[in-house]
Amino acid sequence: MTRVVVTVMPRDGVLDPQGQAVQGALGRLGFAGIHDVRLGRRIELELEGPDPLGDARRMCEQLLANPLIEDFTVALEG
Amino acid sequence: MIAVVRFPGSLDHDSAIRAVQAVGGQATYAWHADTELPAGTRAVVLPGGFSYGDHLRPGAIASRSPIMAPVRRHADAGGLVLGICNGFQVLCEAGLLPGVLRTNQSTSFVCRQVELEVVDRHTPFTRELGGSLSIPIKNHDGAWFGDPATTRIVLSYGAENPLGAVASAAGVANAAGNVLGLMPHPEEATDPLLGSTDGLGLFAALVRA
Amino acid sequence: MSAPLHRQLGLSDEEFAAIPGLIGRPPTDPELVMFSLMWSEHCSYKHSRSLLRRFPTTGPHVLQGPGENAGAVDVGDGWAIALKVESHNHPSAVEPFEGAATGVGGIVRDILALGARPIALLDSLRFGTLDSPRSRHLFTRAVAGIGHYGNCIGVPTVGGEVVFDDRYEDSCLVNAMCVGLVPADGMLRAAAFGEGNLLVLIGNRTGRDGIGGASVLASAELSADDDSKRPSVQVSDPFTERKLIDCCLELAGGGLLLALQDLGAAGLTSAASEMAAKGGVGLEIDLDRVHLREEGMAAAEILVSESQERMLGLVDPANLDAVLAMCARWELDANVIGTVTGTGNFTARHHGEIVVDIPASALTDDAPSYAVPRDPAPAPVALDLDAVPVPGDLANAWLALLGRPNIASKRWIYQQYDHLVGANTVRRPGGDAAVIRIPGMSRALAVTTDCAERHCELDPRGGGRASVFEAARNIACTGGLPYAASDCLNFANPEKGSTGWRLAEAIEGMSEALEAISVPVVSGNVSLYNESPERAIYPTPVIGMVGLLEDAAASVGHAYGAEGDLVVLLGGGLPRLDASEWLGTASGSPARPDLGREAALVSAMVTAARRGVVTSAHDVSDGGIAVTLAESALAGGIGCTVTLPGGRRADEVLFGESGERIVVTCRPEALAALRESAGDVPVAVIGAVGGDTVEVSVDGMSVRLELERARDVYETTLTKAIA
Repeated sequence: MTRVVVTVMPRDGVLDPQGQAVQGALGRLGFAGIHDVRLGRRIELELEGPDPLGDARRMCEQLLANPLIEDFTVALEG
Repeated sequence: MIAVVRFPGSLDHDSAIRAVQAVGGQATYAWHADTELPAGTRAVVLPGGFSYGDHLRPGAIASRSPIMAPVRRHADAGGLVLGICNGFQVLCEAGLLPGVLRTNQSTSFVCRQVELEVVDRHTPFTRELGGSLSIPIKNHDGAWFGDPATTRIVLSYGAENPLGAVASAAGVANAAGNVLGLMPHPEEATDPLLGSTDGLGLFAALVRA
Repeated sequence: MSAPLHRQLGLSDEEFAAIPGLIGRPPTDPELVMFSLMWSEHCSYKHSRSLLRRFPTTGPHVLQGPGENAGAVDVGDGWAIALKVESHNHPSAVEPFEGAATGVGGIVRDILALGARPIALLDSLRFGTLDSPRSRHLFTRAVAGIGHYGNCIGVPTVGGEVVFDDRYEDSCLVNAMCVGLVPADGMLRAAAFGEGNLLVLIGNRTGRDGIGGASVLASAELSADDDSKRPSVQVSDPFTERKLIDCCLELAGGGLLLALQDLGAAGLTSAASEMAAKGGVGLEIDLDRVHLREEGMAAAEILVSESQERMLGLVDPANLDAVLAMCARWELDANVIGTVTGTGNFTARHHGEIVVDIPASALTDDAPSYAVPRDPAPAPVALDLDAVPVPGDLANAWLALLGRPNIASKRWIYQQYDHLVGANTVRRPGGDAAVIRIPGMSRALAVTTDCAERHCELDPRGGGRASVFEAARNIACTGGLPYAASDCLNFANPEKGSTGWRLAEAIEGMSEALEAISVPVVSGNVSLYNESPERAIYPTPVIGMVGLLEDAAASVGHAYGAEGDLVVLLGGGLPRLDASEWLGTASGSPARPDLGREAALVSAMVTAARRGVVTSAHDVSDGGIAVTLAESALAGGIGCTVTLPGGRRADEVLFGESGERIVVTCRPEALAALRESAGDVPVAVIGAVGGDTVEVSVDGMSVRLELERARDVYETTLTKAIA
């Protein structure tokens, strides 16, 4: 069993309404010098098989990420 | 005077003001960036909507707004605060009410009429209410999650539990009973034309305060 | 060797050759891109413009006809109603959630551009059948997108329709309608005027969203390589839209805006050139002042970006500080990006250099207009009833019909939409038309969208009429007087086959019907090229209609009321299976609706409702009278027993369609008043309300539907079909 961590983030250049709203809120709370905020999500997969990273990548392409608006990375953990 | 707090993304503030007026009260807006409630405020309504687009967590950003400091002082002094839907989420995020509102069991937005049971008649809000109320719900994250043993559950969906709330809770109060949050929308049940007038009682309680 | 740039951009050689004559020199690259978008079908209606002139567009109550962002009519007491339907078909086929969501956002901004507060949304949807995984995906994601956007901006989604048919498998239709409320004397236009007045761009920053989308997505048929078109689709931001609504309404209410325009297809290019051309002035725009989301954007990209949630306001310099302060209060970016000039030219600077300098009217008024080929389609072939088997068990057939996704309850959809927000929804989704009270008035609006697409396929003139009359009957059933209409003409490729003829015929039929009921078209939209190499959609001219009720408290619903009420059939339409839902195909030769009789029925229904003589009303449409009776019984929780005129096959009597019929109920003592209201329209008492079954007798044979079984089928079909 291998643990694969998938990180899905809004693609560069694509509007990120969530990040924008959070950036504004942090600014109003007094945090200065915030150049950008992007919000994504982390997905942990427990996988069997010889090619867990390849499997995770295919899962991203088909379901976990929306290639229109999101990029993803996959990494082994542990 | 009833203060209806308006955040960017608030949607039901006008309806809340009309509901207060329908029971003979006066209402005005409080702006999210203000640091004081309007002069003469007797009770506060946090209306429904999608404050800050529900980004991060529903109610999370609004609960850190400047206006929440005087709202908290008002509540601590025993003043009435009514949070409706998004307002309930804001109150939970602000720690003025116990628990949190999670995504509905159906994982989708649910808009429909529901029958509520008044299960705690000892709050200033519910003293004069009937035993059951027909009021619509309309939310995406309305399943209350918390400890029913230590929480004053005031309104219940009964056996149906359409959103999947713990203890079928539709509305909860703080221990003192002066802060109430509920997911159903009483401002949408204020006129026979809308199918029900069962929401008027909650606004009447604010006006009495 | 690649094709020349103008062809890649979708301009024909002839169109390209015409440009130097209009601007006095060959175009720069940014100018060429602007021409390609403004002269696309989507922006210029070049294949439909000449046909659209047929629509009736005038009336004593029309305040704004076609040509603005939306149309508007006077509803009394100083208030006007703005309305428009628009398509977002191709973006929704590529990315259904964002495509449908941004479609809602776009139509809302069209209404907002008049300074109107959006008060109701409707959606007219067409997908392939739900046994197709692709169609299930498109349908469920489009519904989610519509809900996400509409719910978050606080505009109630109160109505619409959805049809599932194989003919929409490759080209789904997502049309959205918005209705708004505006003080009649405070309506804004999108015409620029007054040298020195300022253009202020308000809202989201400009990114590379939807670059080329207007022409690439809307004017080319979709084919297998659609994935490559994905980067063109925009991401929706309803929170910013809500702030735009609040901010623009406060600006308009405070008299701080001279004109307002939304940025839609072709972005700034379209918005600014239309403002200039309408006002007969020039505009000089500094692209370095446009607030950008990405660095290094080229001039052409900034000019045609379709980033959402942006509005362009025209502001008197004396009011600029107040406008910018209001935008700041709403946490919206706002920048002065240009000024009105006297030249008549659209001029744009980038990094200090002039990159665009052309007459604004060359982009708009000088766009090409083509006559489409009008080869008539073969005449429809009469239905051979002998080839249609009579169902062995009519009761089971009835139940099966109620369980078809096209008939069954759409609760799964509208329960995901906030159809209440604003506390004005008097009649909720699920009936003939939704009813919204007008805040502060005793009057109310009835709203609906409709289309008789199978009928249109067989006889577009008749189908055009049928679409209008279906909408009018739905409005009338609530007690509303049909008052104004908007249209969205969804068709296949007009350059091929009979599509052009169908388009012309459908417009003719719709116009005849609209004239018969004195309803003007005040706005509209055209979506062409809805076909793939394998199949074309049915001609789908969607009509969005608004009706006026004098008294919100007197609206009529479709649910049966009290036991003992009489069930009465209004109108003389004869049931026929041609093009019916029961057949499920576009076959046969449906009767062309009679203009006079249909109009008389609508008028009779409105009169009866206004006099308060009916306790419910429901028109006969898809599935025939059997479905009408069952739906009213299910809604009221009480059955009925009726006897229908026979003399034809029982399946025809039960499931046959044709307009010109409405089933109403009334107290027995109100029958005389109902007859009087109906005038010359046939009135036939066919039964009475009561019991827990719907029992229908035809020629001595009786068919029974148990309500509880029917409810189970009717209410769970859609949920099961998408599970």
